[in-house]
Amino acid sequence: MRSSFPMIVLLLALLSILFFLSLLAGRVWIPPSEVFSGLFSGGTELSEIIIFELRLPRAVLAVVIGASLGMSGAVLQGLTRNPLAEPFLLGVSAGASLGAVIAIYFGLAAMFAAATPFLGIVGAFSATAITFALGRGGGTLALILAGAAVSGLGGALIALSLNLAPNANAAYEIMNWLMGSLSDRSWDHVFLVLPFVLIGGAILISTGRALDALSLGETQAQSLGVDLLHLRLLVLFGTAIAVGSATSVAGVIGFIGLVAPHLIRPWTDYQPSHVIIPAALAGAVLLLGADIATRIIHIGPELKLGVFTSLIGTPFFFWHVVKLRKTAP
Amino acid sequence: MLELSSVVINRGGRNIVNNVSLAACTGEFIALVGPNGAGKSTLISVVAGLMKPDSGTVTLDGRSLGEFRGQNLARLRAYLPQNPFCEWPISVERLVALGLTPSLPAIGKMPEAHISRITATIEAFDLSDHRDQPATTLSGGELTRAMLARALVGDPELLFVDEPIAGLDPRHALDTIKRLRRLAETGKLVVASLHDLTLATRYATRIVAMHEGQVIADGTPGEILTPRLLYELFDVDARINGEGERAIVDFLPPD
Repeated sequence: MRSSFPMIVLLLALLSILFFLSLLAGRVWIPPSEVFSGLFSGGTELSEIIIFELRLPRAVLAVVIGASLGMSGAVLQGLTRNPLAEPFLLGVSAGASLGAVIAIYFGLAAMFAAATPFLGIVGAFSATAITFALGRGGGTLALILAGAAVSGLGGALIALSLNLAPNANAAYEIMNWLMGSLSDRSWDHVFLVLPFVLIGGAILISTGRALDALSLGETQAQSLGVDLLHLRLLVLFGTAIAVGSATSVAGVIGFIGLVAPHLIRPWTDYQPSHVIIPAALAGAVLLLGADIATRIIHIGPELKLGVFTSLIGTPFFFWHVVKLRKTAP
Repeated sequence: MLELSSVVINRGGRNIVNNVSLAACTGEFIALVGPNGAGKSTLISVVAGLMKPDSGTVTLDGRSLGEFRGQNLARLRAYLPQNPFCEWPISVERLVALGLTPSLPAIGKMPEAHISRITATIEAFDLSDHRDQPATTLSGGELTRAMLARALVGDPELLFVDEPIAGLDPRHALDTIKRLRRLAETGKLVVASLHDLTLATRYATRIVAMHEGQVIADGTPGEILTPRLLYELFDVDARINGEGERAIVDFLPPD
Protein backbone atom coordinates (compact mmCIF):
# COMPACT_ATOMS: atom_id res chain seq x y z
CA MET A 1 0.00 0.00 0.00
CA ARG A 2 1.60 3.27 -1.09
CA SER A 3 1.65 5.96 1.57
CA SER A 4 1.45 9.62 0.66
CA PHE A 5 3.39 10.56 3.80
CA PRO A 6 6.88 10.84 2.21
CA MET A 7 5.44 13.03 -0.55
CA ILE A 8 3.74 15.30 2.00
CA VAL A 9 7.08 15.71 3.81
CA LEU A 10 8.83 16.47 0.52
CA LEU A 11 6.21 19.03 -0.48
CA LEU A 12 6.44 20.68 2.96
CA ALA A 13 10.23 20.90 2.62
CA LEU A 14 9.91 22.41 -0.85
CA LEU A 15 7.29 24.84 0.40
CA SER A 16 9.56 25.95 3.29
CA ILE A 17 12.47 26.60 0.91
CA LEU A 18 10.27 28.59 -1.48
CA PHE A 19 8.71 30.49 1.41
CA PHE A 20 12.11 31.61 2.60
CA LEU A 21 13.18 32.43 -0.94
CA SER A 22 10.05 34.54 -1.44
CA LEU A 23 11.14 36.72 1.51
CA LEU A 24 14.50 37.34 -0.17
CA ALA A 25 13.38 37.85 -3.74
CA GLY A 26 12.06 41.00 -5.32
CA ARG A 27 13.10 44.34 -6.72
CA VAL A 28 15.35 44.61 -3.69
CA TRP A 29 17.16 41.39 -2.83
CA ILE A 30 17.51 41.05 0.92
CA PRO A 31 20.31 38.93 2.39
CA PRO A 32 19.15 35.93 4.52
CA SER A 33 20.66 37.34 7.73
CA GLU A 34 18.48 40.43 7.46
CA VAL A 35 15.44 38.27 6.75
CA PHE A 36 15.95 36.52 10.09
CA SER A 37 16.46 39.74 12.02
CA GLY A 38 13.46 41.29 10.26
CA LEU A 39 11.26 38.32 11.15
CA PHE A 40 12.19 38.10 14.79
CA SER A 41 12.95 41.65 15.89
CA GLY A 42 10.25 43.49 13.94
CA GLY A 43 12.52 46.51 13.68
CA THR A 44 12.04 49.65 11.65
CA GLU A 45 14.88 49.28 9.19
CA LEU A 46 13.67 49.53 5.59
CA SER A 47 14.54 45.89 4.88
CA GLU A 48 12.61 44.80 7.97
CA ILE A 49 9.54 46.74 6.89
CA ILE A 50 9.78 45.26 3.41
CA ILE A 51 9.93 41.75 4.87
CA PHE A 52 7.31 42.05 7.56
CA GLU A 53 4.77 44.33 5.92
CA LEU A 54 5.15 43.40 2.23
CA ARG A 55 6.79 40.06 1.57
CA LEU A 56 5.57 38.01 4.52
CA PRO A 57 1.85 38.69 3.97
CA ARG A 58 2.37 38.16 0.25
CA ALA A 59 4.05 34.78 0.82
CA VAL A 60 1.38 33.72 3.31
CA LEU A 61 -1.34 34.71 0.83
CA ALA A 62 0.35 32.73 -1.95
CA VAL A 63 0.41 29.64 0.27
CA VAL A 64 -3.17 30.05 1.48
CA ILE A 65 -4.62 30.81 -1.96
CA GLY A 66 -2.53 28.20 -3.77
CA ALA A 67 -3.60 25.59 -1.22
CA SER A 68 -7.28 26.48 -1.55
CA LEU A 69 -7.09 26.27 -5.36
CA GLY A 70 -5.16 22.98 -5.36
CA MET A 71 -7.47 21.41 -2.79
CA SER A 72 -10.64 22.55 -4.57
CA GLY A 73 -9.31 21.16 -7.86
CA ALA A 74 -8.60 17.77 -6.26
CA VAL A 75 -12.05 17.59 -4.67
CA LEU A 76 -13.87 18.74 -7.83
CA GLN A 77 -11.95 16.19 -9.91
CA GLY A 78 -12.95 13.55 -7.36
CA LEU A 79 -16.60 14.59 -7.42
CA THR A 80 -16.96 14.87 -11.19
CA ARG A 81 -14.39 12.15 -11.94
CA ASN A 82 -13.40 14.49 -14.71
CA PRO A 83 -9.66 15.13 -15.03
CA LEU A 84 -10.30 18.64 -16.36
CA ALA A 85 -12.45 19.79 -13.44
CA GLU A 86 -11.31 22.79 -11.42
CA PRO A 87 -12.98 25.72 -9.61
CA PHE A 88 -13.27 27.48 -12.94
CA LEU A 89 -15.45 24.65 -14.26
CA LEU A 90 -18.31 25.11 -11.82
CA GLY A 91 -18.45 28.87 -12.30
CA VAL A 92 -17.06 29.58 -8.82
CA SER A 93 -14.19 31.70 -10.16
CA ALA A 94 -16.46 33.54 -12.60
CA GLY A 95 -18.91 34.35 -9.80
CA ALA A 96 -16.14 35.58 -7.50
CA SER A 97 -14.67 37.71 -10.31
CA LEU A 98 -18.02 39.23 -11.12
CA GLY A 99 -18.63 40.09 -7.46
CA ALA A 100 -15.24 41.78 -7.19
CA VAL A 101 -15.73 43.61 -10.50
CA ILE A 102 -19.06 44.97 -9.23
CA ALA A 103 -17.23 46.29 -6.16
CA ILE A 104 -14.69 48.06 -8.35
CA TYR A 105 -17.25 49.25 -10.91
CA PHE A 106 -19.51 50.96 -8.40
CA GLY A 107 -16.59 52.46 -6.51
CA LEU A 108 -17.34 50.39 -3.40
CA ALA A 109 -13.75 49.17 -3.36
CA ALA A 110 -12.54 52.75 -3.02
CA MET A 111 -14.91 53.40 -0.11
CA PHE A 112 -13.89 50.44 2.02
CA ALA A 113 -11.20 47.87 1.33
CA ALA A 114 -13.18 44.80 2.33
CA ALA A 115 -15.86 45.42 -0.31
CA THR A 116 -14.00 43.48 -3.03
CA PRO A 117 -13.43 40.29 -1.04
CA PHE A 118 -16.89 40.49 0.45
CA LEU A 119 -18.68 40.81 -2.87
CA GLY A 120 -16.30 38.20 -4.31
CA ILE A 121 -17.50 35.66 -1.77
CA VAL A 122 -21.12 36.67 -2.35
CA GLY A 123 -20.57 36.26 -6.11
CA ALA A 124 -18.98 32.84 -5.66
CA PHE A 125 -21.86 31.75 -3.46
CA SER A 126 -24.48 33.02 -5.91
CA ALA A 127 -22.76 31.38 -8.88
CA THR A 128 -22.48 28.13 -6.96
CA ALA A 129 -26.11 28.27 -5.93
CA ILE A 130 -27.22 28.82 -9.54
CA THR A 131 -24.94 26.02 -10.74
CA PHE A 132 -26.38 23.73 -8.13
CA ALA A 133 -30.01 24.68 -8.82
CA LEU A 134 -29.53 24.20 -12.58
CA GLY A 135 -27.57 20.99 -12.29
CA ARG A 136 -29.79 19.45 -9.66
CA GLY A 137 -31.02 15.93 -10.28
CA GLY A 138 -29.17 15.58 -13.57
CA GLY A 139 -25.98 13.98 -12.28
CA THR A 140 -22.43 15.11 -12.84
CA LEU A 141 -22.79 16.01 -16.51
CA ALA A 142 -25.64 18.43 -15.78
CA LEU A 143 -23.54 19.96 -13.01
CA ILE A 144 -20.61 20.58 -15.36
CA LEU A 145 -22.88 22.03 -18.04
CA ALA A 146 -24.54 24.29 -15.48
CA GLY A 147 -21.08 25.42 -14.34
CA ALA A 148 -20.11 26.21 -17.94
CA ALA A 149 -23.31 28.24 -18.40
CA VAL A 150 -22.70 30.20 -15.19
CA SER A 151 -19.06 30.82 -16.21
CA GLY A 152 -20.28 32.10 -19.56
CA LEU A 153 -22.76 34.43 -17.91
CA GLY A 154 -20.15 35.72 -15.45
CA GLY A 155 -17.71 36.35 -18.30
CA ALA A 156 -20.35 38.17 -20.33
CA LEU A 157 -21.29 40.42 -17.41
CA ILE A 158 -17.64 41.22 -16.70
CA ALA A 159 -17.19 42.13 -20.39
CA LEU A 160 -20.31 44.28 -20.16
CA SER A 161 -18.93 46.14 -17.14
CA LEU A 162 -15.70 46.80 -19.06
CA ASN A 163 -17.75 47.92 -22.03
CA LEU A 164 -19.81 50.35 -19.94
CA ALA A 165 -17.05 51.36 -17.51
CA PRO A 166 -17.71 54.93 -16.29
CA ASN A 167 -14.15 55.98 -16.93
CA ALA A 168 -10.92 54.61 -18.29
CA ASN A 169 -9.54 54.34 -14.79
CA ALA A 170 -12.26 51.95 -13.63
CA ALA A 171 -11.77 49.83 -16.76
CA TYR A 172 -8.04 49.78 -16.14
CA GLU A 173 -8.57 48.77 -12.54
CA ILE A 174 -10.93 45.95 -13.49
CA MET A 175 -8.53 44.70 -16.17
CA ASN A 176 -5.68 44.85 -13.72
CA TRP A 177 -7.60 42.88 -11.18
CA LEU A 178 -8.74 40.28 -13.72
CA MET A 179 -5.09 39.51 -14.46
CA GLY A 180 -4.59 38.33 -10.89
CA SER A 181 -1.81 39.50 -8.60
CA LEU A 182 -0.49 39.30 -5.06
CA SER A 183 1.44 42.57 -5.08
CA ASP A 184 0.56 45.28 -2.58
CA ARG A 185 -1.43 42.86 -0.42
CA SER A 186 -1.26 43.39 3.34
CA TRP A 187 -1.94 41.49 6.54
CA ASP A 188 -5.51 42.80 6.33
CA HIS A 189 -5.98 40.67 3.23
CA VAL A 190 -4.46 37.66 4.98
CA PHE A 191 -6.78 37.95 7.96
CA LEU A 192 -9.74 38.53 5.67
CA VAL A 193 -9.16 35.44 3.55
CA LEU A 194 -7.66 32.99 6.07
CA PRO A 195 -10.78 32.10 8.11
CA PHE A 196 -12.75 31.45 4.93
CA VAL A 197 -10.05 29.27 3.41
CA LEU A 198 -9.80 27.31 6.68
CA ILE A 199 -13.57 26.77 6.85
CA GLY A 200 -13.79 25.87 3.15
CA GLY A 201 -10.76 23.59 3.46
CA ALA A 202 -12.23 21.75 6.45
CA ILE A 203 -15.48 21.19 4.53
CA LEU A 204 -13.56 19.92 1.50
CA ILE A 205 -11.41 17.52 3.56
CA SER A 206 -14.55 16.10 5.19
CA THR A 207 -15.76 14.88 1.78
CA GLY A 208 -12.82 12.45 1.36
CA ARG A 209 -14.54 9.18 2.24
CA ALA A 210 -17.55 9.90 0.07
CA LEU A 211 -15.28 10.83 -2.85
CA ASP A 212 -13.45 7.50 -2.42
CA ALA A 213 -16.75 5.62 -2.67
CA LEU A 214 -17.63 7.71 -5.72
CA SER A 215 -14.68 6.06 -7.53
CA LEU A 216 -17.17 3.23 -8.09
CA GLY A 217 -19.71 5.46 -9.79
CA GLU A 218 -22.81 7.13 -8.41
CA THR A 219 -25.05 4.09 -7.87
CA GLN A 220 -22.42 2.05 -6.07
CA ALA A 221 -21.50 5.07 -3.93
CA GLN A 222 -25.17 5.53 -3.10
CA SER A 223 -25.46 1.85 -2.18
CA LEU A 224 -22.53 2.36 0.21
CA GLY A 225 -24.54 4.95 2.10
CA VAL A 226 -23.22 8.09 0.40
CA ASP A 227 -25.85 10.83 0.22
CA LEU A 228 -25.05 12.29 -3.20
CA LEU A 229 -27.09 15.46 -2.72
CA HIS A 230 -25.39 16.17 0.58
CA LEU A 231 -21.97 15.46 -0.94
CA ARG A 232 -22.53 17.81 -3.90
CA LEU A 233 -23.71 20.54 -1.50
CA LEU A 234 -20.64 20.13 0.70
CA VAL A 235 -18.27 20.27 -2.27
CA LEU A 236 -19.98 23.30 -3.78
CA PHE A 237 -20.09 25.20 -0.49
CA GLY A 238 -16.51 24.29 0.42
CA THR A 239 -15.28 25.36 -3.00
CA ALA A 240 -17.32 28.57 -3.01
CA ILE A 241 -16.01 29.63 0.40
CA ALA A 242 -12.36 28.74 -0.23
CA VAL A 243 -12.04 29.80 -3.87
CA GLY A 244 -14.50 32.71 -3.68
CA SER A 245 -12.53 34.40 -0.91
CA ALA A 246 -9.17 33.55 -2.51
CA THR A 247 -10.19 34.90 -5.93
CA SER A 248 -11.57 38.09 -4.47
CA VAL A 249 -8.25 38.88 -2.79
CA ALA A 250 -5.85 37.78 -5.52
CA GLY A 251 -7.91 38.19 -8.68
CA VAL A 252 -8.33 35.46 -11.27
CA ILE A 253 -5.63 32.80 -11.01
CA GLY A 254 -6.29 29.89 -13.33
CA PHE A 255 -4.84 26.43 -13.79
CA ILE A 256 -3.41 25.91 -10.28
CA GLY A 257 -6.57 23.95 -9.42
CA LEU A 258 -6.14 21.89 -12.57
CA VAL A 259 -2.40 21.27 -12.51
CA ALA A 260 -1.73 20.66 -8.79
CA PRO A 261 -3.78 17.45 -8.39
CA HIS A 262 -2.44 16.07 -11.68
CA LEU A 263 1.17 16.66 -10.74
CA ILE A 264 1.00 14.78 -7.47
CA ARG A 265 -1.56 12.06 -8.30
CA PRO A 266 0.98 9.59 -9.81
CA TRP A 267 2.84 9.66 -6.47
CA THR A 268 -0.29 8.80 -4.49
CA ASP A 269 -2.42 5.64 -4.49
CA TYR A 270 -5.00 7.53 -6.63
CA GLN A 271 -7.59 7.35 -3.88
CA PRO A 272 -9.36 10.75 -3.99
CA SER A 273 -9.18 11.31 -0.22
CA HIS A 274 -5.40 10.78 -0.32
CA VAL A 275 -4.98 13.38 -3.06
CA ILE A 276 -6.61 16.32 -1.24
CA ILE A 277 -3.84 17.34 1.20
CA PRO A 278 -0.94 16.74 -1.24
CA ALA A 279 -2.85 18.73 -3.90
CA ALA A 280 -3.27 21.61 -1.44
CA LEU A 281 0.48 21.58 -0.74
CA ALA A 282 1.30 21.32 -4.45
CA GLY A 283 -1.03 24.25 -5.14
CA ALA A 284 0.77 26.31 -2.51
CA VAL A 285 4.18 25.35 -3.95
CA LEU A 286 3.06 26.21 -7.49
CA LEU A 287 1.55 29.56 -6.62
CA LEU A 288 4.42 30.59 -4.37
CA GLY A 289 6.90 29.55 -7.08
CA ALA A 290 4.95 31.43 -9.73
CA ASP A 291 4.76 34.53 -7.53
CA ILE A 292 8.54 34.45 -7.01
CA ALA A 293 9.00 34.05 -10.77
CA THR A 294 6.91 37.16 -11.49
CA ARG A 295 9.21 39.12 -9.20
CA ILE A 296 12.43 37.76 -10.71
CA ILE A 297 11.50 37.94 -14.39
CA HIS A 298 11.80 41.52 -15.62
CA ILE A 299 10.29 42.21 -19.03
CA GLY A 300 9.13 45.80 -18.66
CA PRO A 301 6.14 46.23 -16.32
CA GLU A 302 5.49 43.69 -13.56
CA LEU A 303 4.34 40.33 -14.87
CA LYS A 304 0.91 39.60 -13.40
CA LEU A 305 0.58 36.37 -11.45
CA GLY A 306 -2.67 35.25 -13.12
CA VAL A 307 -1.15 35.85 -16.55
CA PHE A 308 1.94 33.86 -15.60
CA THR A 309 0.03 30.85 -14.21
CA SER A 310 -2.12 30.82 -17.35
CA LEU A 311 0.98 30.92 -19.56
CA ILE A 312 2.59 27.97 -17.83
CA GLY A 313 -0.73 26.17 -17.22
CA THR A 314 -2.08 26.27 -20.79
CA PRO A 315 0.60 23.95 -22.27
CA PHE A 316 -0.38 21.45 -19.59
CA PHE A 317 -3.98 21.78 -20.70
CA PHE A 318 -2.96 21.19 -24.33
CA TRP A 319 -0.92 18.17 -23.31
CA HIS A 320 -3.93 16.76 -21.50
CA VAL A 321 -6.20 17.26 -24.51
CA VAL A 322 -3.67 15.48 -26.76
CA LYS A 323 -3.48 12.63 -24.25
CA LEU A 324 -7.27 12.35 -24.18
CA ARG A 325 -7.35 12.23 -27.98
CA LYS A 326 -4.88 9.35 -27.96
CA THR A 327 -6.84 7.33 -25.43
CA ALA A 328 -10.30 8.20 -26.79
CA PRO A 329 -11.96 5.42 -28.80
CA MET B 1 -37.29 -11.15 5.57
CA LEU B 2 -37.60 -8.88 2.55
CA GLU B 3 -41.14 -8.14 1.47
CA LEU B 4 -42.50 -6.23 -1.49
CA SER B 5 -46.13 -5.33 -1.56
CA SER B 6 -47.87 -3.97 -4.71
CA VAL B 7 -44.73 -2.11 -5.84
CA VAL B 8 -45.22 0.23 -8.79
CA ILE B 9 -42.54 2.26 -10.59
CA ASN B 10 -43.50 4.66 -13.38
CA ARG B 11 -40.97 6.33 -15.66
CA GLY B 12 -41.74 8.50 -18.66
CA GLY B 13 -45.42 7.57 -18.61
CA ARG B 14 -44.61 3.83 -18.64
CA ASN B 15 -45.16 1.21 -15.97
CA ILE B 16 -41.64 -0.15 -15.50
CA VAL B 17 -42.62 -2.23 -12.49
CA ASN B 18 -46.30 -3.03 -12.24
CA ASN B 19 -47.83 -4.22 -9.00
CA VAL B 20 -45.11 -6.60 -7.86
CA SER B 21 -45.48 -8.44 -4.56
CA LEU B 22 -42.80 -10.81 -3.34
CA ALA B 23 -41.34 -12.18 -0.14
CA ALA B 24 -37.78 -13.44 0.15
CA CYS B 25 -35.84 -15.03 2.99
CA THR B 26 -32.17 -15.44 3.78
CA GLY B 27 -30.71 -18.63 2.37
CA GLU B 28 -32.40 -18.11 -0.99
CA PHE B 29 -30.63 -17.50 -4.30
CA ILE B 30 -33.26 -15.83 -6.44
CA ALA B 31 -32.66 -15.47 -10.18
CA LEU B 32 -34.67 -12.71 -11.82
CA VAL B 33 -35.24 -13.70 -15.44
CA GLY B 34 -37.05 -12.06 -18.31
CA PRO B 35 -36.50 -10.22 -21.59
CA ASN B 36 -34.74 -6.88 -21.88
CA GLY B 37 -36.95 -4.09 -20.57
CA ALA B 38 -38.97 -6.43 -18.32
CA GLY B 39 -38.10 -4.30 -15.26
CA LYS B 40 -35.49 -6.58 -13.66
CA SER B 41 -32.82 -3.91 -13.10
CA THR B 42 -35.41 -1.45 -11.80
CA LEU B 43 -36.78 -4.04 -9.39
CA ILE B 44 -33.25 -4.75 -8.12
CA SER B 45 -32.71 -1.01 -7.54
CA VAL B 46 -36.00 -0.90 -5.62
CA VAL B 47 -35.25 -3.85 -3.34
CA ALA B 48 -31.75 -2.46 -2.77
CA GLY B 49 -33.37 0.75 -1.52
CA LEU B 50 -31.79 2.90 -4.24
CA MET B 51 -35.11 3.80 -5.85
CA LYS B 52 -38.33 4.66 -4.06
CA PRO B 53 -41.47 2.98 -5.41
CA ASP B 54 -44.18 5.33 -6.71
CA SER B 55 -46.63 3.23 -4.77
CA GLY B 56 -46.46 0.08 -2.69
CA THR B 57 -44.03 -0.79 0.07
CA VAL B 58 -40.70 -2.56 0.49
CA THR B 59 -39.92 -3.75 4.01
CA LEU B 60 -36.95 -5.46 5.59
CA ASP B 61 -37.85 -7.41 8.75
CA GLY B 62 -41.03 -5.37 8.97
CA ARG B 63 -39.36 -1.94 8.62
CA SER B 64 -39.84 0.15 5.52
CA LEU B 65 -36.58 0.56 3.56
CA GLY B 66 -37.13 4.32 3.53
CA GLU B 67 -36.84 4.40 7.33
CA PHE B 68 -33.26 3.08 7.29
CA ARG B 69 -30.41 5.56 7.43
CA GLY B 70 -28.21 5.25 4.34
CA GLN B 71 -25.24 3.89 6.27
CA ASN B 72 -27.29 1.40 8.30
CA LEU B 73 -28.87 0.02 5.16
CA ALA B 74 -25.44 -0.10 3.51
CA ARG B 75 -24.16 -2.38 6.29
CA LEU B 76 -27.10 -4.75 5.83
CA ARG B 77 -27.13 -5.10 2.07
CA ALA B 78 -24.72 -4.84 -0.81
CA TYR B 79 -25.55 -3.88 -4.38
CA LEU B 80 -23.64 -4.31 -7.60
CA PRO B 81 -24.85 -2.68 -10.82
CA GLN B 82 -24.39 -4.25 -14.24
CA ASN B 83 -20.76 -3.90 -15.43
CA PRO B 84 -19.41 -2.26 -12.28
CA PHE B 85 -16.31 -0.16 -12.88
CA CYS B 86 -13.67 1.83 -11.06
CA GLU B 87 -12.83 5.35 -12.24
CA TRP B 88 -9.35 5.68 -10.73
CA PRO B 89 -6.47 3.19 -10.94
CA ILE B 90 -6.68 2.38 -7.22
CA SER B 91 -5.30 -0.99 -6.06
CA VAL B 92 -7.51 -4.06 -5.67
CA GLU B 93 -6.91 -3.83 -1.94
CA ARG B 94 -8.26 -0.25 -1.87
CA LEU B 95 -11.18 -1.25 -4.05
CA VAL B 96 -12.18 -4.07 -1.71
CA ALA B 97 -11.72 -1.72 1.26
CA LEU B 98 -14.34 0.64 -0.22
CA GLY B 99 -16.92 -1.98 0.77
CA LEU B 100 -16.29 -0.99 4.38
CA THR B 101 -17.14 2.69 3.73
CA PRO B 102 -20.35 2.52 5.84
CA SER B 103 -18.38 1.33 8.89
CA LEU B 104 -15.52 3.81 8.67
CA PRO B 105 -15.06 6.99 10.74
CA ALA B 106 -15.33 10.25 8.73
CA ILE B 107 -11.59 10.82 8.75
CA GLY B 108 -8.57 8.97 10.04
CA LYS B 109 -6.93 5.62 9.50
CA MET B 110 -8.56 2.29 8.80
CA PRO B 111 -8.98 0.22 12.02
CA GLU B 112 -6.76 -2.92 12.29
CA ALA B 113 -9.73 -5.29 12.43
CA HIS B 114 -10.85 -4.00 9.04
CA ILE B 115 -7.44 -4.65 7.49
CA SER B 116 -7.47 -8.33 8.48
CA ARG B 117 -11.00 -8.65 7.17
CA ILE B 118 -9.94 -7.14 3.84
CA THR B 119 -7.05 -9.60 3.62
CA ALA B 120 -9.34 -12.55 4.36
CA THR B 121 -11.83 -11.42 1.69
CA ILE B 122 -9.08 -10.91 -0.88
CA GLU B 123 -7.89 -14.47 -0.21
CA ALA B 124 -11.40 -15.89 -0.34
CA PHE B 125 -11.87 -14.39 -3.80
CA ASP B 126 -8.48 -15.63 -5.10
CA LEU B 127 -7.21 -12.08 -5.55
CA SER B 128 -4.04 -12.30 -3.45
CA ASP B 129 -1.82 -12.10 -6.55
CA HIS B 130 -3.64 -8.95 -7.66
CA ARG B 131 -3.71 -7.20 -4.29
CA ASP B 132 -1.56 -4.24 -5.38
CA GLN B 133 -2.63 -4.22 -9.03
CA PRO B 134 -4.58 -1.15 -10.24
CA ALA B 135 -8.25 -2.19 -10.50
CA THR B 136 -8.48 -0.55 -13.92
CA THR B 137 -6.05 -3.12 -15.38
CA LEU B 138 -7.95 -6.22 -14.21
CA SER B 139 -9.55 -8.58 -16.73
CA GLY B 140 -13.34 -8.92 -16.79
CA GLY B 141 -13.36 -12.04 -14.62
CA GLU B 142 -10.91 -10.59 -12.12
CA LEU B 143 -12.86 -7.33 -11.89
CA THR B 144 -16.10 -9.24 -11.25
CA ARG B 145 -14.39 -11.14 -8.44
CA ALA B 146 -12.92 -7.92 -7.02
CA MET B 147 -16.33 -6.22 -7.11
CA LEU B 148 -17.98 -9.21 -5.42
CA ALA B 149 -15.23 -9.08 -2.80
CA ARG B 150 -15.94 -5.35 -2.42
CA ALA B 151 -19.65 -6.08 -1.96
CA LEU B 152 -19.09 -8.87 0.58
CA VAL B 153 -16.21 -7.56 2.67
CA GLY B 154 -18.67 -5.87 5.03
CA ASP B 155 -20.50 -9.22 5.53
CA PRO B 156 -23.96 -8.00 4.48
CA GLU B 157 -27.06 -10.14 4.97
CA LEU B 158 -28.44 -9.40 1.52
CA LEU B 159 -26.76 -9.14 -1.86
CA PHE B 160 -28.41 -7.64 -4.94
CA VAL B 161 -26.56 -8.04 -8.22
CA ASP B 162 -27.62 -6.86 -11.66
CA GLU B 163 -26.44 -9.25 -14.38
CA PRO B 164 -23.30 -10.42 -12.59
CA ILE B 165 -22.15 -12.69 -15.44
CA ALA B 166 -22.81 -10.40 -18.41
CA GLY B 167 -19.72 -10.40 -20.62
CA LEU B 168 -17.90 -13.17 -18.74
CA ASP B 169 -16.42 -16.27 -20.42
CA PRO B 170 -17.97 -19.63 -19.40
CA ARG B 171 -15.35 -20.44 -16.78
CA HIS B 172 -15.70 -17.10 -15.00
CA ALA B 173 -19.48 -17.09 -15.37
CA LEU B 174 -19.64 -20.52 -13.74
CA ASP B 175 -17.23 -19.48 -11.00
CA THR B 176 -19.29 -16.37 -10.22
CA ILE B 177 -22.62 -18.15 -10.16
CA LYS B 178 -21.24 -20.90 -7.91
CA ARG B 179 -19.97 -18.24 -5.51
CA LEU B 180 -23.44 -16.66 -5.38
CA ARG B 181 -24.96 -20.08 -4.67
CA ARG B 182 -22.46 -20.73 -1.87
CA LEU B 183 -23.32 -17.35 -0.35
CA ALA B 184 -26.97 -18.31 -0.21
CA GLU B 185 -25.98 -21.62 1.39
CA THR B 186 -24.15 -19.70 4.12
CA GLY B 187 -27.44 -18.01 5.02
CA LYS B 188 -27.49 -14.86 2.92
CA LEU B 189 -30.20 -13.71 0.56
CA VAL B 190 -28.89 -13.33 -2.99
CA VAL B 191 -31.00 -11.74 -5.72
CA ALA B 192 -29.45 -11.59 -9.19
CA SER B 193 -30.85 -10.83 -12.62
CA LEU B 194 -29.62 -13.41 -15.11
CA HIS B 195 -29.90 -13.98 -18.84
CA ASP B 196 -28.17 -17.36 -18.82
CA LEU B 197 -31.15 -19.59 -18.09
CA THR B 198 -29.08 -22.78 -17.95
CA LEU B 199 -27.00 -21.41 -15.10
CA ALA B 200 -30.10 -19.91 -13.46
CA THR B 201 -31.86 -23.29 -13.59
CA ARG B 202 -28.85 -25.14 -12.25
CA TYR B 203 -27.83 -22.91 -9.38
CA ALA B 204 -30.68 -20.64 -8.30
CA THR B 205 -32.94 -21.92 -5.54
CA ARG B 206 -35.82 -19.90 -6.91
CA ILE B 207 -36.69 -18.23 -10.18
CA VAL B 208 -38.80 -15.10 -10.52
CA ALA B 209 -39.87 -14.50 -14.12
CA MET B 210 -40.74 -10.95 -15.15
CA HIS B 211 -42.51 -9.73 -18.23
CA GLU B 212 -43.56 -6.13 -18.92
CA GLY B 213 -43.06 -5.09 -15.31
CA GLN B 214 -45.02 -7.94 -13.80
CA VAL B 215 -44.05 -11.19 -12.12
CA ILE B 216 -45.61 -13.93 -14.23
CA ALA B 217 -44.06 -16.93 -12.50
CA ASP B 218 -42.32 -17.55 -9.21
CA GLY B 219 -41.00 -20.83 -7.79
CA THR B 220 -38.20 -23.36 -7.86
CA PRO B 221 -36.64 -23.96 -11.28
CA GLY B 222 -38.12 -27.48 -11.42
CA GLU B 223 -41.61 -26.17 -10.70
CA ILE B 224 -41.93 -23.25 -13.02
CA LEU B 225 -39.42 -23.45 -15.84
CA THR B 226 -41.32 -24.87 -18.82
CA PRO B 227 -41.04 -24.32 -22.58
CA ARG B 228 -44.39 -22.56 -22.36
CA LEU B 229 -43.17 -20.03 -19.80
CA LEU B 230 -40.02 -19.41 -21.84
CA TYR B 231 -42.12 -18.81 -24.94
CA GLU B 232 -44.30 -16.40 -22.99
CA LEU B 233 -41.21 -14.54 -21.73
CA PHE B 234 -39.02 -14.43 -24.81
CA ASP B 235 -41.32 -15.23 -27.71
CA VAL B 236 -38.95 -18.03 -28.75
CA ASP B 237 -39.42 -21.81 -28.67
CA ALA B 238 -37.25 -23.50 -26.07
CA ARG B 239 -36.31 -26.99 -24.91
CA ILE B 240 -35.29 -27.95 -21.38
CA ASN B 241 -33.19 -31.10 -21.03
CA GLY B 242 -32.21 -32.72 -17.75
CA GLU B 243 -32.77 -31.55 -14.21
CA GLY B 244 -30.92 -29.87 -11.37
CA GLU B 245 -27.20 -29.36 -12.02
CA ARG B 246 -27.47 -31.11 -15.40
CA ALA B 247 -30.28 -28.98 -16.81
CA ILE B 248 -29.73 -27.32 -20.17
CA VAL B 249 -32.02 -24.64 -21.59
CA ASP B 250 -31.87 -24.43 -25.37
CA PHE B 251 -33.59 -21.85 -27.53
CA LEU B 252 -34.67 -23.19 -30.92
CA PRO B 253 -34.43 -21.31 -34.21
CA PRO B 254 -37.83 -20.43 -35.70
CA ASP B 255 -39.01 -22.79 -38.45
